[in-house]
Amino acid sequence: MELDTVMLSRVQFALTVTFHIIFPSITIGLATLIAIWEGLWLKTRNPQYLQLAKFWIKPFAITFGMGVVSGIVLSYEFGTNFSKFSELAGAVIGPLMAYEVLTAFFLEAGFLGIMLFGWQRVSARMHFFATCTVAVGTWISAFWIIAANSWMQTPTGHSIVDGKFVVESWFDVIFNPSMPYRLAHMLLASMLTAGLVVLATHAWYLKKQQHQAFGRKGLSFALWWLLLFAPLQAFVGDLHGLNVKEHQPVKLAAMEGIWPEREANVPLLLFAIPDQKTEQNHLEVGLPGLASLILTHSWDGELQGLKSVPADERPNVPLVFFSFRLMVGLGMLMIFVALWGWWLRRGDRLYQHRPFLQLCSLLAPTGVIAVIAGWYVVEIGRQPWIIYGLVKTAEVVSPLPASRVAFSLAMFVITYSLLFGVYLYFFRKLIKKGPPAPDSLQHHLIGVKANGYALALTKSLQAQPTATSSEQGAK
Amino acid sequence: MELALFYYLLLGFAILMYVLLDGFDLGIGILYPWFREEADKDALMRSISHVWDGNETWLVFGGVILFGAFPAAYAGLTSALYAPIMLMLIGLIFRGVAFEYRFKSDTSKRWWNRAFAIGSMVAAFCQGLMLGVLIGGTPLHSDPSFSLLTPFTLFTGLAVMAGYALLACTYLVMKCRGERQQQAAHYGRRLVIAVMVAMAVVSLSTAVGSEQIWQRWFADGHFLWLWPLPLLSLLAARLLFRDLGRVKRHLSAGHLPRSRHEDRPFWLAVSIFALGFAGLLVSLFPAILPGKLDYLAAAAPTDSLQFMLPGVLIFVPLILAYTLWGYRIFAGKVEDFTEGY
Repeated sequence: MELDTVMLSRVQFALTVTFHIIFPSITIGLATLIAIWEGLWLKTRNPQYLQLAKFWIKPFAITFGMGVVSGIVLSYEFGTNFSKFSELAGAVIGPLMAYEVLTAFFLEAGFLGIMLFGWQRVSARMHFFATCTVAVGTWISAFWIIAANSWMQTPTGHSIVDGKFVVESWFDVIFNPSMPYRLAHMLLASMLTAGLVVLATHAWYLKKQQHQAFGRKGLSFALWWLLLFAPLQAFVGDLHGLNVKEHQPVKLAAMEGIWPEREANVPLLLFAIPDQKTEQNHLEVGLPGLASLILTHSWDGELQGLKSVPADERPNVPLVFFSFRLMVGLGMLMIFVALWGWWLRRGDRLYQHRPFLQLCSLLAPTGVIAVIAGWYVVEIGRQPWIIYGLVKTAEVVSPLPASRVAFSLAMFVITYSLLFGVYLYFFRKLIKKGPPAPDSLQHHLIGVKANGYALALTKSLQAQPTATSSEQGAK
Repeated sequence: MELALFYYLLLGFAILMYVLLDGFDLGIGILYPWFREEADKDALMRSISHVWDGNETWLVFGGVILFGAFPAAYAGLTSALYAPIMLMLIGLIFRGVAFEYRFKSDTSKRWWNRAFAIGSMVAAFCQGLMLGVLIGGTPLHSDPSFSLLTPFTLFTGLAVMAGYALLACTYLVMKCRGERQQQAAHYGRRLVIAVMVAMAVVSLSTAVGSEQIWQRWFADGHFLWLWPLPLLSLLAARLLFRDLGRVKRHLSAGHLPRSRHEDRPFWLAVSIFALGFAGLLVSLFPAILPGKLDYLAAAAPTDSLQFMLPGVLIFVPLILAYTLWGYRIFAGKVEDFTEGY
């Protein structure tokens, strides 16, 4: 691997986008959860829901902040590092990004202030509206970003004029063949990621025997959440896999480790070490015929392999292969935990079962890891193409001196390592501090009756006589 | 092609909005070292903690409009300005996360103070430097030995920092009480002078330095139409200086300043920026990469421009409406609310 401008630019983009995706995949799900809790509180007036919402809004805020600052970087990197890509495909990708900012980014930013700081300034209903708007904003944002990404995976609806992409049908560009699957898969992944962070935290409280009532409420909620979404995710993931087989067969071959040009009766590899030099796998452990069955619904179904294309049109096979196994493995673990928790509910053993609580408290990062592994399958699997089958990544990198990219990459490595440590430190600190006490929440109620407003009112009343007297003095 | 012109103006509007909105909150970061007490720093940060995110979104909006409507310019500009853009982004990262972490830290507060101040300064300086590159006619290419840092771009970098600090002073006069307000008014008066001198230096040197810009302002009686721009800025600066003086006088006499003297300076500072920006547009139009590319040549195919049009026409007014509503909800002096979440 030579460290030229191409490789450095790719590594920098990979680093910055990997760092970024950690935060939105938590906030999309967490915003949804907080909106649900706030809605349940308004409906039932059960203070435990308010406690959940007010506790989780703090980790949400730091996560959202990290997402904002790391996201701005990406919106400029298309141009700074991949200037020819921006020039070729700007007319397609640019408008999608513009819609993202117009319909989602401003919406989130505009209502986030009210969601975080507006408790004393607006009514409870208005606050709930702001929280919902932020949550919906995160979904809309995902919609446009996924549309743009999916178009690069399975481009449709365009034509090429003078070497540049021109749109024929915006509907086909946005709803390209892989977009609905990828969007559903990503939104579900966010729900799971946030759910796992919540699950782990509340399990940790129960394990430590702190904040018992709060711990139970959150654990129970998170387990229902997981039970709903984890199996659904497996189902959607399977559909997404079939879609990859249809449109990006080489990526699928890398995911499954299939080398021959065409292979029937393909085993489902549980483990193997793909070797790109000799074009075969070592140490294969597989279930015969199962991959064929899953992907073609027939034991002896044929799949296209990596050797069907020249070596320079294949992605890095081991990376794709192992990332895919990591993601699926973690997904299986999530389903297992959801089912185990369901089973433990019988006879009220759920909150005392130490091995279960221990396992749950370790799950916090699993959602994030699965998301990153999944995106590695998607993005590395697309290589060497930047727009699948049409434009290669190496052809569109900005003609920058390698030293300049190396310098910015070094800055990002330092900045992001530092910030990631800081983020974890503060996240831990917020978790250790525990939830706000229910009585303090009573003081801190929403709307005009609260402390802050009263304080402001008194101050303005105090201020008025002074103002009039000074005016009289001036006269 | 009128559509391309519309997007050119929209891009200008996005940049102006960004400069005004993020201007005052980057400016608060620049002023940070001059407000010594932690309580002051708390108040300064709380005065913008609910809006900084929305303000910064205009930067992204400007970026994507450039990307979507003028892909060739986006590609050329961002890769040529690689180093200042990257530095600006790193600066924005540090000052952005400082909002969240400063309030939650016990022992590391002074580090977040530094991250906030230095990050804001670096971001503002890089923006000024890029402005200098664009108007100073520095040739854009990516030769490694070539530096964008010249005496002129250094000057514009510092000038933009001063301008943002001025916006922040007037914002603080509007949002604070007592000594903080007085301090802001005091710095504001000095900064008005600095900013006006800087604007004059930059305007004159670009007009003298570029035949094209000279022609644009002074040939064929153009100046008959253009003289209100510099004159109105001078007038705004004069009023601003006087208003801030009144605020200072009232406060030192132990009175509360009148509310119109508290609010007007901000709008006067905004108008100085808007007039300066209009002047910039006069000088540069129709260029989008000065000296290289005009907006027509850089424009995306009509189809892409049309596709974005309904989005822009529906959502930009909506965004302005709810942004304004957000500001109204948080209206009032920062000292009167003990907010948190």
